[in-house]
Amino acid sequence: MAENREFYWRRLHSLLGVIPVGIFLIQHLVVNHFATRGEQAFNDAAHFMESLPFRIFLELFIIFIPLYFHAIYGVYIAFTAKNNTRRYGTLRNYMFMLQRVSGVITLIFVTWHVWETRIQAALGAEVNFGMMEEILANPWMVAFYILGIVSTTFHFANGLWSFMVSWGITVSARSQKISTYATLGVFIVLTVIGIRAILAFV
Amino acid sequence: MATATEEKVIKFEIHRQDDENSAPYFEEFEIPYRANMNVISALMEIRRNPFNKKGEKTTPVSWDMGCLEEVCGACSMVINGKPRQSCTALVDQLEQPIRLEPMRTFPVVRDLQVDRSRMFDSLKRVKAWIPIDGTYDLGPGPRMPEKKRQWAYELSKCMTCGVCLEACPNVNSKSDFIGPAPLSQVRLFNAHPTGAMNKNERLESIMGDGGLSTCGNSQNCVEACPKGIPLTTSIAALNRDTNLQMFRNFFGSDKEV
Repeated sequence: MAENREFYWRRLHSLLGVIPVGIFLIQHLVVNHFATRGEQAFNDAAHFMESLPFRIFLELFIIFIPLYFHAIYGVYIAFTAKNNTRRYGTLRNYMFMLQRVSGVITLIFVTWHVWETRIQAALGAEVNFGMMEEILANPWMVAFYILGIVSTTFHFANGLWSFMVSWGITVSARSQKISTYATLGVFIVLTVIGIRAILAFV
Repeated sequence: MATATEEKVIKFEIHRQDDENSAPYFEEFEIPYRANMNVISALMEIRRNPFNKKGEKTTPVSWDMGCLEEVCGACSMVINGKPRQSCTALVDQLEQPIRLEPMRTFPVVRDLQVDRSRMFDSLKRVKAWIPIDGTYDLGPGPRMPEKKRQWAYELSKCMTCGVCLEACPNVNSKSDFIGPAPLSQVRLFNAHPTGAMNKNERLESIMGDGGLSTCGNSQNCVEACPKGIPLTTSIAALNRDTNLQMFRNFFGSDKEV
């Protein structure tokens, strides 16, 4: 790899986490929320999504490529840190540590989830309300999915905070404090949407 | 006069390491209490009378110091788990035993002494100076507004002590991050009316590997800085400047500075 490319990789990593991956996350959680309106509503929504034209290209360029670039580069970032929350127990230092922990959990969860749904769909299974009902019949899977969703929404919300710092949107200490509260709101809203959908299958 | 005050001692646990490569160990010391000591005067006491707690004769503890008034940064070490200057670490305010360790983010030379060369190399890398030398007198530079001077003075208080690097989770042996201190110097010199004439060069220097983008926003630096320098604000402001510079470089721009 050419030298002095780290700046561009890091900026790309920060950008892709929000656009398109973060936007896709919101869309996915919102579509899932149809499950709270019953089996038919969910199946209709899922069917609409899977019958979008150019589906494979949408999936490749909006989901898989940016997601796995973000994930793999993120694992490298996570393992080059030496956490020291015991020495500095401040909120931001905990967030720094949790961002790395939640990133790794999210990668494991998302990879498992893609295997269980999208890959199975490619192998001929039908992704519908019944499929999720079956997966979530196991209480351990309910716990795993809830952990996965909370970890994902945390990683996105806190990532949005550092996105705003990395792109020079929030510069002053006060603006960074305000964005802490704003992204906390994003975390709560998305977590409620995500967990409500999961519980609809249980 | 055998009073209680005469028996009162100050307890120390000090990191010892004979040279760069030898294994570190801790040695305990007890020195007679005096009021209003700082860590340096206690280390001087040990140097005057180098016996450890068990009464064995040992080598005097080695450490760095300079100004003794918290402006040079040389005497920085980890005191009871926190990196700070030993000249302003007052014994009466510290919990005992007082544990002294070197800032291990830097190569340890001996005992509490570290080699901070990497920080000075970083200052060279980011061109933390204002080039005014030439073959003829260029005359006075542009004036700096007084308000801006007062603001810049705060950034100029950096003494390259290394505490922010020691506090940063992204400055370690697995990473080549240059750390917060030299980054903030880029902001200082780019804010100077004459320094601003070489703004691009400094921005490009921190867009290299291990530069600005390696910051992970743990914000420990701003908590740890003994001079209260707004390091995280400097970093965020530089993020804005380097992003614009990135777009100019990529798309081509005739804006020079």
